Amino acid sequence: MNKAATLFALVALAGAVTLAPGQASAADYTLTIKDHKFTPTELKVPANKRVTIEVINSDPTPEEFESHALKIEKIIPGNAKATVRIGPLKPGRYSFVGEFHESTAKGTVVVE
Amino acid sequence: MLGALVIVFREVLEAGLIVGIVLAATRGVTGRGRWIMIGIGAGIVGAAAVAMFAGAISQAFQGAGQELFNAGVLALAVVMLMWHNAWMARHGREMAAEMRQIGSAVSEGAKPLTALAVVVGLAVLREGSEVVLFLYGIMASGTSGGSLLVGSLLGIAAGAAFTGLTYFGLLAIPQRYIFSVTSWLIALLAAGMAAQSVHYLYNAGIINVLGETVWDTSWLLTESSLFGKLLHTLIGYTSQPSQLQLIAYIGTLFAMGILMRIARYKPRERVTV
Repeated sequence: MNKAATLFALVALAGAVTLAPGQASAADYTLTIKDHKFTPTELKVPANKRVTIEVINSDPTPEEFESHALKIEKIIPGNAKATVRIGPLKPGRYSFVGEFHESTAKGTVVVE
Repeated sequence: MLGALVIVFREVLEAGLIVGIVLAATRGVTGRGRWIMIGIGAGIVGAAAVAMFAGAISQAFQGAGQELFNAGVLALAVVMLMWHNAWMARHGREMAAEMRQIGSAVSEGAKPLTALAVVVGLAVLREGSEVVLFLYGIMASGTSGGSLLVGSLLGIAAGAAFTGLTYFGLLAIPQRYIFSVTSWLIALLAAGMAAQSVHYLYNAGIINVLGETVWDTSWLLTESSLFGKLLHTLIGYTSQPSQLQLIAYIGTLFAMGILMRIARYKPRERVTV
């Protein structure tokens, strides 16, 4: 690999990192993980709008908030919280899981 | 135990596929084993480090640190894959000729190996950090850890076996086609990664346009199924792609094609002038 490629790579990475994310605002909704279960299990959100959800992991173990329908994949360390952005979505039901405890950690986003 | 096996296997699968493709793409290049092992080793060390700092990473950049990190890692891998394909476009023919002449070993191949070792390292780092966190969760929760741990180790073994399967599957391709087949695979791999990378930027709230879903084929195949997951890694299959993802995907393929064309024609011009 020559210098040009290294430089190219560094610029690409720097570009991705230095772009400051948009103004952080308080999340629109909250989901809590406790004993590997989500509360609430159903979350109603408006259609055709981007909304933010704060996911609070009250368990000491990490969890991966995952949904193919919502196109989210995010690790939340134990006793930590994370913000996810979803939408704009069409009306319907979108399921999500905690991938590390898929048998119990299940929920649905209801878009209406 | 089965649950743990499935989860770990799913994570290892993606990195395993990439390693298999890289192994096939570098067939007959001397020193490739060493480079790829360095890539895997560095990836595992990196995965442990990322897992250790998972909390700090996700808190960084107003909570968008994890998305930015993933977007950056994927973008870097895309650049490396482009670099590899451009290099192969320029030197592939000579390499193929040389391989036919002296049997198998090609001494000149050291150059693209660094780029591909980086790609392997990044793939292992990304998927591996999730495995490490999952294993940490098992250890931390104590009692029932034993059988889950066995399941996880079997999952890693199954993922590694899959690497072998990919590699030997690709080896079945006749030697004279292998460069063009692996170039195509790498181009599609890169396009899929670019689509994932921009989607992470979208999830981070950096890009806030073009988020509409273009089509939905989840009735046919979802990424949670094994075949869907395979296609997702291989060609970037997404059942509900956004406009942004589609643009990144097609744009990357175009950029790759143009870059390879430029790389291919340059030496000839120099010869004729």
